[in-house]
Amino acid sequence: MHLSADDWSAIRLTLELACIVTLLLLLVGTPIAWWLATTRSRLRNAVGAVVALPIVLPPTVLGFYLLIVMGPDGPVGMLTRSLGLGGLPFTFAGLVVASVFYSLPFVVQPIQNAFMAMGPRPLEVAASLRASPWDSFIHVALPLARPGFLTAAVLGFAHTVGEFGVVLMIGGNIPGKTQVLSVQIYNHVEAIEYGQAHGLAAGLVVFSFLVLLLLYSVGGARNTLGTGQ
Amino acid sequence: MNGIDLSCRLPLADFVLEADLILPGRGVTALFGPSGSGKTTLLRCVAGLARAAGRVEINGECWQDDARGLFLPTHQRALGYVFQEASLFAHLSVRANLEFGLKRIPAAERKVGWDAALELLGIGHLLERGTQALSGGERQRVAIARALLTSPRLLLMDEPLAALDAKRKQEILPYLERLHDELAIPVLYVSHSPDEVARLADHLVLLEQGRVLASGPTSDVLTRLDLPLARDEEAAVRVDAQVLSHDDAYQLTCLGFAGGRIQVTRKDLAVGAPARIKIQARDVSIALTGDNRSSIVNRLPARIVGFGEAAHPAQCLVRLDVSGTPVLARITRLSRDELGLVEGMDVVAQIKSVALLG
Repeated sequence: MHLSADDWSAIRLTLELACIVTLLLLLVGTPIAWWLATTRSRLRNAVGAVVALPIVLPPTVLGFYLLIVMGPDGPVGMLTRSLGLGGLPFTFAGLVVASVFYSLPFVVQPIQNAFMAMGPRPLEVAASLRASPWDSFIHVALPLARPGFLTAAVLGFAHTVGEFGVVLMIGGNIPGKTQVLSVQIYNHVEAIEYGQAHGLAAGLVVFSFLVLLLLYSVGGARNTLGTGQ
Repeated sequence: MNGIDLSCRLPLADFVLEADLILPGRGVTALFGPSGSGKTTLLRCVAGLARAAGRVEINGECWQDDARGLFLPTHQRALGYVFQEASLFAHLSVRANLEFGLKRIPAAERKVGWDAALELLGIGHLLERGTQALSGGERQRVAIARALLTSPRLLLMDEPLAALDAKRKQEILPYLERLHDELAIPVLYVSHSPDEVARLADHLVLLEQGRVLASGPTSDVLTRLDLPLARDEEAAVRVDAQVLSHDDAYQLTCLGFAGGRIQVTRKDLAVGAPARIKIQARDVSIALTGDNRSSIVNRLPARIVGFGEAAHPAQCLVRLDVSGTPVLARITRLSRDELGLVEGMDVVAQIKSVALLG
């Protein structure tokens, strides 16, 4: 089994993408999860549903609309152009943006569940011990929700590594720029290079298994994927 | 102004909580009432955890005054709050839990010392443990110490013993009594246990359906015949007494209080030491004269102040004035009529047993 230069580049690109996206997701997802867990606003269900859309939508639908919105005539596309950033489609940055949307529910929901499971009591206790709301959030809510954050990071990372439809729609298949692992495996299969497809696919299976195993055994991440618990 | 000035109005699911209270600025005030009477909500309003319309002023420090548009958030109120279940932070050790509030107040405001708090609650040996390794009683003691270490101007306790079994309750009550005796911090104590109230409270507020039925010194409210407390099976009064002497031959300890002397089985207490005793209504009987021979040691002259209904129709309640100390007796209506007991009559209260508290 021999991996080509393109294979290695796809691996590197995928890891880079997944790391950046996971980091961004934790930054973006935490305030959304906090808001969803604590708000009494009537918008709560609507926002929750929007965040959860990628779970039920085919990735192609999401990718299609992201392509339109980020395209030359879309609002985001016009904005990025006017800022001198150029277009997002078929760039690594475009992939990052698309992946953040695509994996958002897998990060928001575990964190939201962890905040909800914690309930308001620990924050009331913190307030009675003179901690301001921000102080309580940093020193009480975040540490208590740690298992939720671990689950969120694992899911966000794994889901980004595994995405395919959105990548094809928005990023295409440019080696070294947007050609990620899942697309490269598809290329190999198309070209009937099953040996190389195996090399990447099996590697992905083993890698995913090891990451999950490590996190479940040391991190205390909850052993339930998905949305429920 | 000295004292606790509360004025709260808050519509709840079934009724409107409406309380206008002026409470003593020191000692323990119990908020007593059946579950769902609004006690906890009232406490949360004082803490700023619930927002009622009104005013909250603690010994001259105003925390809320709607007239001036003032509402301090909870973390800016110098209070300690002990919740029903000990809500220790699970991600912190006992020591870190205790330090959580302490390090958030300026050093100049630290009046309750670290060692004093640990000693008062008897938790010095638990410091390095995780919170999971503690018993229910230990957790609650840590939670109380954690609240005290913020040197609060008011300590709020929401049924701190409710989640504990009888044995743990007995374990923690003495600590609460020490709290009362040794600290000058006023306490608002929510409870639905007449026993706890009798033991701990100096002042008693009786709540029902969000309204204040009565507010006054504990012994007065406990013995008021028009209130449900006196009808409770465990109805009792607390009497503050002092150790007068010990009788080595009969192994008895003599206690003195405003109403006279009471002898109890010998206790290891120094002469002159304060002692709190509890006299239950069911342990008090009435005799017309003091010279009838009986095995009951404690016989005190008393005057009948009034009668009230007891929970069971066979019985009635008699409120007695034992030289200024109100005491309740629960006797059968038959005895009342056969002895011809009437208001204003001088009788002898026979106290069959007395519980020494703490």
